[in-house]
Amino acid sequence: MQTREYLNQLPSHQRGPTSADLAWRLHLDGPLLAALLMIAAFGLFVLYSAGGENSDLLVRQCIRLTAGFGAMFLLAQIPPRTYRFWTPVIFAGGLVMLVLVLVVGTEAKGAQRWLALPGIGRFQPSEVMKLAVPALVAWYFRERALPPRLRDVALVLLLVFVPALLIGKQPDLGTAILIATSGLIVLFMAGLRWRIIGIAVLLVSIAAPAMYFYGLHDYQRKRVDTFLNPEADPLGTGWNIIQSKTAIGSGGLDGKGWLNGTQSRLDFLPESSTDFIFAVLAEELGLLGIVLLLGIYLFIVGRGLWISLQARDVFSRLLGASLTLTFFIYVFVNVGMVSGLLPVVGVPLPLVSYGGTSIVTLLAGFGILMSIHTHKRLLG
Amino acid sequence: MRDNIRLRDHHRESQIFSSRVIWAALLVAMMSLVLLSRMVWLQWLQYERYASLSDQNRVQTQAMAPPRGLILDRNGTVLADNRPDFSLSVIPEQVPDMTAALDRVAELVTLPENDLKRFQEQLQGRRRPWEPVPLRSRLTERELAVFAAAQHELPGVRITAEAIRYYPQGELLSHVVGYVNRMNQQDLAAMNEDQLANYSGTHFYGRTGIERSYENRLHGQVGYRKVETNARGRILEVIAEQPPVPGDDLVLNLDLAVQQAAWDALGQRRGAVVAIDPRDGGVLAFVSRPGFDSNLFVTGISYDDYSAYREDHDKPLFNRALQGQYPPGSTVKPIIGLAGLAAEQTSWQRTVRDPGWFSLPDTERVYRDWKRGGHAPRVDLHMAVQQSCDVYFYDLGVRMGIDFMHDYLTLYGFGHRTGLDIEGEARGILPSRQWKKANRGASWFHGDTVNASIGQGFFLATPLQLAQSTAILARRGEQMVPSLVADRREQSPLPDPTVADPQDWDLMQQAMIDVVHGLRGTARVVGYGAPYKVAGKTGTSQVFSVPEDEEYNEDEIAERLRDHALFVTYAPADNPAIAVAVMVENGSHGGSTAGPVARAVMDAWLLDDAGDLAVPAPGAPALARRER
Repeated sequence: MQTREYLNQLPSHQRGPTSADLAWRLHLDGPLLAALLMIAAFGLFVLYSAGGENSDLLVRQCIRLTAGFGAMFLLAQIPPRTYRFWTPVIFAGGLVMLVLVLVVGTEAKGAQRWLALPGIGRFQPSEVMKLAVPALVAWYFRERALPPRLRDVALVLLLVFVPALLIGKQPDLGTAILIATSGLIVLFMAGLRWRIIGIAVLLVSIAAPAMYFYGLHDYQRKRVDTFLNPEADPLGTGWNIIQSKTAIGSGGLDGKGWLNGTQSRLDFLPESSTDFIFAVLAEELGLLGIVLLLGIYLFIVGRGLWISLQARDVFSRLLGASLTLTFFIYVFVNVGMVSGLLPVVGVPLPLVSYGGTSIVTLLAGFGILMSIHTHKRLLG
Repeated sequence: MRDNIRLRDHHRESQIFSSRVIWAALLVAMMSLVLLSRMVWLQWLQYERYASLSDQNRVQTQAMAPPRGLILDRNGTVLADNRPDFSLSVIPEQVPDMTAALDRVAELVTLPENDLKRFQEQLQGRRRPWEPVPLRSRLTERELAVFAAAQHELPGVRITAEAIRYYPQGELLSHVVGYVNRMNQQDLAAMNEDQLANYSGTHFYGRTGIERSYENRLHGQVGYRKVETNARGRILEVIAEQPPVPGDDLVLNLDLAVQQAAWDALGQRRGAVVAIDPRDGGVLAFVSRPGFDSNLFVTGISYDDYSAYREDHDKPLFNRALQGQYPPGSTVKPIIGLAGLAAEQTSWQRTVRDPGWFSLPDTERVYRDWKRGGHAPRVDLHMAVQQSCDVYFYDLGVRMGIDFMHDYLTLYGFGHRTGLDIEGEARGILPSRQWKKANRGASWFHGDTVNASIGQGFFLATPLQLAQSTAILARRGEQMVPSLVADRREQSPLPDPTVADPQDWDLMQQAMIDVVHGLRGTARVVGYGAPYKVAGKTGTSQVFSVPEDEEYNEDEIAERLRDHALFVTYAPADNPAIAVAVMVENGSHGGSTAGPVARAVMDAWLLDDAGDLAVPAPGAPALARRER
């Protein structure tokens, strides 16, 4: 009994598995799990309205969420050192699949992103890379002295940009940038010197205009144009962003009420249940709803960073922080694009937007984060 | 753990990581703040703007065009109707492959080059997403059926219905009822604010005939509704509605049976018939033949159809009854006679020597009578009217002079518009000294008076004017403005013509009765078997002048150069209920060609189905407002 009392007074992360702490025994992090469930529930609530009260849509989303939470649970059981061991293999496999996609992939909406697996169905290799790329960079620094030297940086950039380029070729610019970013975040967290960061920022700002003119597909360039001046073609390419801003703005402080958003329900808002679902939320639930949603997101990010800070080995720390911050970048890019701060790139609002394998990938990432949190005793 | 090449400092590494986590947290906080301030900007500071944008999206005010009033004949037969017209329109957002879709549509229905061009222009122009773009109007029933069967292959292409004008009688009434067609930029430019608002939902505008002159009454008052629509323009809810006020239905004095009788009686000849009820001035028939199919003009006549009408020698677009100006010829003789009586230049007892020609004192020029050798050694007014003796009227015209003749004939409607309620009426010419000075730059000669006194020379009148003068004669001088629309009340600005002795009316009427019923009348063919007494006068309008000393063989001259046949008449003589003027182009003889047409018109009005006299009451029966 005394032992138990002693353990109970310790902070939860030092307590270790006890018979009383079921979550810990299942390798789950209670606060993180609770926040994720809240976001998922909130998302379903908004999706019901955004999808025109279509219960089929809701059921399919529930199935996806269940699969995601299942994957999270499974991955949480695997100790971080196993991940560390297998990371190079998974990364190499992912690369092979990315090449295969470009050769024998299935096309949808003008992009070749899918790989048909006989008997299993379609599958997007870029989703694997969302986890494999930051993991590989973290693996690279697992036993190297930090902060990274220039030679390390060069090698890491190579490792990051090969898959990013392959994905960008599909073309899926949004995912490519996000995957590259997740690798770069690891570099940053590993203590990349500010001097190098400064030079890199300078180079990118010089290279960006060149990218615009030579590196983009026509449709991508058009998106950037639209972003810079949506009023130029209000009925054509500017339509989405104008209607989205109108939806958000007309929501006001307390919103038009659940199921009462005219912009989305009268079809003025395009993609209202997928990429632009945030506008539906903003219209119906107003600023209050947004603050609540962003609050939960920030809690998740905070919790993730906290877990990474507590991690014992470099691999876990870097991977955990990268997964967490990439999650935040998803939120930032989606909200930024829907509200007209960023160009329209196809990034869903994490755990809220309908569809995509991204839900499963995201939750799988949180499974790894939970594994990092709950296995550190065993790693010793 | 094995050592690396570089010595690892776990504590320092941990510190670096911790500091980077703090940096990351700061970055996250900053970025969240950016998002949050963006939301505050959009939802709080710019709320009013976006709320109104959202309402503009959602709520639209739609104009509802009023149903156009119908045009009915006096018995309620519809002369101008509103019918649904089916057209094809395309919602481009729903069409997967526009080129393929248009090709497929062209296989099913004819797609004229014009329509296709306009469609492509509209497609490329600024437009609201999901708004249908019209492709082709006036689908035939066959096209409708063919397209409907294949519609499932063509998502985004759909059939829409719109009410358009339909004229069931086609060319029979084309010169009276007229037509509407699509509103254009000029129509809009000519409107003031109120009119523009009233026409905001309207697509058609009256162009000719009744459709034009009664546009204001036929159109009605526009209605509005505020509706909530979705982005596809589908109406989800009507928020407020003010229904349109339909245009007035117009009942005409016109009787379709009389109109048809006149049309049929003219047969394939070119000509005009105007029939007026002298009791109220109502126009019973108004025919100009050939007519045209007014339905072709409603949605825009094709270039081929239009040039076919323009190039037709028979000039079907020309309204002969309203705008055709012909020398009235001998039809004015009864009125010239009354003028002579009023001028006290003749009496019923006075006789004139008739050698078959007339010449002015001290001149060589000879004015022939149409009858060689004259009608009788001495001719009085009665005989002069009955046998249409030119010499008598040559003499009488010169005696009373052109000034008196002009002033007196003015009162019978010559030389100015009768005031019929359709636009475009020609004035005709009632010659006078002033007129000749102004238009010919020459002085008036006695010879001009001679010609004018038998309705030739400069004298021109429209068939409508002939009918109006005959109606005034039938009413014994009472002025009434001829009207097509039954409820029109219009006062004539002219004073009633007077005669020297009221008996003159009776005697002149008797002379005109004898034209038809007398043994030596010029229009005996008109009176055969009529169960009522007819008063009439024949006339011939010269198309070209015959040199004074020559005779001409009418068989030898081209049909188009023959004289126009005229006949004016009213009946029943004792209580006139119809006055008719008939003009048959190149019909030669007033009595034999124009006369039977007039008889057919009078029979249609005065007789019942059994052929017995049954004079209809004056005025159009009040028709109950039609159900719509």
